[in-house]
Amino acid sequence: MTKKQLTIGVLGFQGDIEENVAATRQAMEEMSVNGSVELVRYPEEMERVDGLILPGGESTVQSALAAIQRSLPVMKKRIADGMPVLGTCAGMIMLSKRAYDRVVGETRQKTIGNLDIVIERNAFGRQNDSFEADLKIDALGKSPFKGVFIRAPAVSEAGKDVEVIARHAGRIVAVRQKNIIGTAFHPELAGDARMHRQFLKMVLDYRRAK
Amino acid sequence: MTISLVSSEPGAKGVKADEQAGTVRGTTLLKRGFAHMQKHGVVMDVTNVEQAQIAEEAGAVAVMVLDKLPYDVRKAGGVARTASIKVIEEIMDAVTIPIMAKCRIGHTDEARVLEITGADMIDESEVLTPADEERHIWKWDFTTPFVNGAKNLGEALRRIEEGAAMIRTKGEPGTGNVAEAVTHIRMVNNEIRRIKSHYQDGDKQELMKAAREYKVSFAIVEETARLGRLPVVNFAAGGITTPADAAFLMNLGCDGVFVGSGIFKSDDPAQRARAVVLATTFYDDAKIVREAQKMVDEKKALLGLDTKNLELRMQERGQSA
Repeated sequence: MTKKQLTIGVLGFQGDIEENVAATRQAMEEMSVNGSVELVRYPEEMERVDGLILPGGESTVQSALAAIQRSLPVMKKRIADGMPVLGTCAGMIMLSKRAYDRVVGETRQKTIGNLDIVIERNAFGRQNDSFEADLKIDALGKSPFKGVFIRAPAVSEAGKDVEVIARHAGRIVAVRQKNIIGTAFHPELAGDARMHRQFLKMVLDYRRAK
Repeated sequence: MTISLVSSEPGAKGVKADEQAGTVRGTTLLKRGFAHMQKHGVVMDVTNVEQAQIAEEAGAVAVMVLDKLPYDVRKAGGVARTASIKVIEEIMDAVTIPIMAKCRIGHTDEARVLEITGADMIDESEVLTPADEERHIWKWDFTTPFVNGAKNLGEALRRIEEGAAMIRTKGEPGTGNVAEAVTHIRMVNNEIRRIKSHYQDGDKQELMKAAREYKVSFAIVEETARLGRLPVVNFAAGGITTPADAAFLMNLGCDGVFVGSGIFKSDDPAQRARAVVLATTFYDDAKIVREAQKMVDEKKALLGLDTKNLELRMQERGQSA
């Protein structure tokens, strides 16, 4: 019997959801992977997917909605059980064990918490300070990757199991911890699906191992 | 690329490159990208720190800072201008979400002040008294992204060509009546359907006729027709008062909503704010929209104004330019 089709979920609460769907479809096409990409908003949908993407947007909004819908513990458990997850910008904040704001400081924001990092929100400043910069990411090959940083966070502390995969101006802007990738920038806006392909590879490995 | 870069001004003054740091700011991608991060969210009008904190706690995706809520602008009469800088700064220090602020239509220097202050997005808004009846701000000169109101496709595309990174329906602000916003989004949708069908037929002459009618370039009409939607994020605004109002506009194809007087002119603002956020995300799930409606009390809603008998129709400001 053939396995059911591969399904990637994109958390559909708020933010640049459709852009992550498009980048994932592009990655599937480039890798000739047969699969579907779905929006997930309900806990039962989170149980079904083979991999989950947490998009950019406002992390306070996404965590407020996740708390109302009781989906935080479901995501936490699936990620702890090995489901691959990619969090971009707000999505990385959602994954972090602790977040604080550069100006406002500690907030009461709830996070999923599986990624062993402390994150500084709005680390590079406000929208006027948002920037594009070429990044060197060894895992993605030699040619630089376009980092799109929009009111971006940065990692201020990383635990011992966390591998740093990109830095900008001395700050940690992308990390990997086993089945979790977090980026402070928006790979879904780069017009380059290499980061989503990397994630898709993790999902394929995870399915093979199951 | 999922963000359209159509109509970007070559060599725009708002784009700032720092060769030493290897960075560039104020690009069309960053400006429109900021708007894309707001999608499926609710931007709430606020006039002070307390309201901004209630909005953030409730799940607002950003706050829009005004001196008076649109309903009070109508009651007060006189000239409505940008908010006090002191209030904007206090709010910036108190909340972590983006801060938007309004400037008058055509008032380049009010906008400059907001940019220097650090507003994340500037709304060149018909809620304030226009400073220039003939022209809007040339927004490509700014590093900060702008949002503009529009009641039809021509207005929307003209604003995008001037550099707007986001569009919202004009609606009729401060009335508590969603009908005008509904009219405007339906108008834009119908006009896009028309040019989309010409595009699919390969009829360039009809697209050119549309460009002439809208007083915009062929390129932006063709791109809009190809995409089958506006090339920037499009929010609903004007008169949204209940969770069901928000769900209705999301179902009509809006990317998110602005709530002006509807929250802080009600007697249950914190509950109402949370309920509107919930209904915006789950707009297509009637059970959850009902749950959201149960969170609010109609007796506490903004009573609203009859849009037929208004002395001031804000939506008509700046429409011919």
